[in-house]
Amino acid sequence: MQAPSRQLDPMSTLPNIGASSGTEPKTAADAAAKLSADNLNFFYGNFQALHGISMKVYDKRVTAFIGPSGCGKSTFLRTLNRMNETVRHSRVEGEIRLDGENIFRIDVNDVRRRVGMVFQRSNPFPKSIYDNVAYGLRINSSLSRSQLREAVEQSLRRAALWDEVKDKLHQSAYGLSGGQQQRLCIARALAVNPEVLLLDEPCSALDPIATAKIEDLIFQLKDSCTIVIVTHNMQQAARVADFTGFFLMGRLIEFDNTTVIFKTPNRKETEDYVTGRFG
Amino acid sequence: MSWNKRRRKAVNAIMLSLTALCTLFAAGSLVFILSYLFVHGAASLNWNFFTKLPTPVGETGGGMANAILGSAKLLLLATCVGVPIGFLGGVYLAEFGTSTFSFVVRYVTDLLNGVPSIVMGIFAYSLIVIRQKHFSTLAGGLALGVMMIPIAIRSSEEFLRGVPLSLREGAMALGASKSRAIWTVVVPAAKAGLITGIMLNLARVAGETAPLLFTSFSNRFWSPGWNQPTAALPEMVYKYAISAYDDWHQQAWSAGFVLLTLVLAVNIVARMILSKRGPAAR
Repeated sequence: MQAPSRQLDPMSTLPNIGASSGTEPKTAADAAAKLSADNLNFFYGNFQALHGISMKVYDKRVTAFIGPSGCGKSTFLRTLNRMNETVRHSRVEGEIRLDGENIFRIDVNDVRRRVGMVFQRSNPFPKSIYDNVAYGLRINSSLSRSQLREAVEQSLRRAALWDEVKDKLHQSAYGLSGGQQQRLCIARALAVNPEVLLLDEPCSALDPIATAKIEDLIFQLKDSCTIVIVTHNMQQAARVADFTGFFLMGRLIEFDNTTVIFKTPNRKETEDYVTGRFG
Repeated sequence: MSWNKRRRKAVNAIMLSLTALCTLFAAGSLVFILSYLFVHGAASLNWNFFTKLPTPVGETGGGMANAILGSAKLLLLATCVGVPIGFLGGVYLAEFGTSTFSFVVRYVTDLLNGVPSIVMGIFAYSLIVIRQKHFSTLAGGLALGVMMIPIAIRSSEEFLRGVPLSLREGAMALGASKSRAIWTVVVPAAKAGLITGIMLNLARVAGETAPLLFTSFSNRFWSPGWNQPTAALPEMVYKYAISAYDDWHQQAWSAGFVLLTLVLAVNIVARMILSKRGPAAR
């Protein structure tokens, strides 16, 4: 399968050196590692969901995780902001570094503020649109009323939602469409200025138009934020991601430039998956 | 084949008519009680009933103003005891309890719920009345409040559990601590259900008579403050109904009618709140 190109081809910004071996993409030399996992194992009770994952997430780049259902890509994503710790009887081994600092040594609430997350199903709070976006700001800082209003507007603009909601900021967020709700959740996450934004299949419940809006948004956010996206949709990974990791049965099979993964993968399993032979 | 078929049809007809009969009986008795109470109670209901004190025996007229106020004070006290304990206990069970501990607490609350109400009265009696050597509103309120606890715990727990996990995760993903997420997202999302649970619970204890018999006792006059015996509506129904005077019987009907109307009104309002803004689950 060829990576379909859209008007914005993320590949054009990166020199394509071609096939590389190992899990360190060669073209990443110019980007610093924002997050790095080192030999990460994760267990749900006795079940080991992740096996020795080592990889880097590069600063101000989009990284996609692909793989069949149950391959551990969402689990790995959720360890990056320690969200998996809310699962009872779960256990993690290994290290994840955020700017070189082990996240398991940082206060968990600080980790989650710095590494924001948008979920598969939009989950706006049963509050007004304004209060949804202001939520993170209210709990993390003490802004004045006018500062708060400004920050809310800015976040909604960054999430390309402002024009659609500016006249109904104080209405319930549940009145918005599915795509708007998901962008509201992105705005809510952006409001606290996260350094990394984790997107867990953000478009799986959305129609193609809403999906295109979110993908455009990802291109815009890339300048200010490191983005990691889990997706079931391989075309989407090919469209938006600079780097792609392929997961299978709890292992990171291959991690490389997106073009390499989709055009000249090194591993047989990756090739089988991206060409649609299984999964 | 045909015999089997006939037998099947006959059994079906019998069972169907049996269930219909039982339904009719259940609904019918409720309608009967309501209409009977309405006919007898509404007749002697007048302004005096709500504004006057009971009159001495032999004197006609008078009302139950002191009992209405007494009931209100008892329920206020009961709320102050039952709701905070029940609500916070429910928060703990829904959000923090380990499975074994929660199981034990749930089991104990179910037991407490099954304790006869008169035993609750004895509890408050031995705790307060014996020590103070007199009956009081305080003791009655405590008895009713303890009665509210089990249902308050269970209903708060249920409604908090009904809030989807995704909302908690959404809050925590923004850097909110677990307790912060509970107070700022989960509890507000369950608000309608929580309030409804409290109202239905109040309506339930409002009609309790047994726990009041030897705690708040009774009073033919106003009961100033919180530390004196007081009249209450259900207790007045009991006392007036077993009396030997016709006009007292009439007033007992009225008191029963007022009590039922209040309980019914609370129930209807509670159901309206619940159906209008249900739990945040979509």
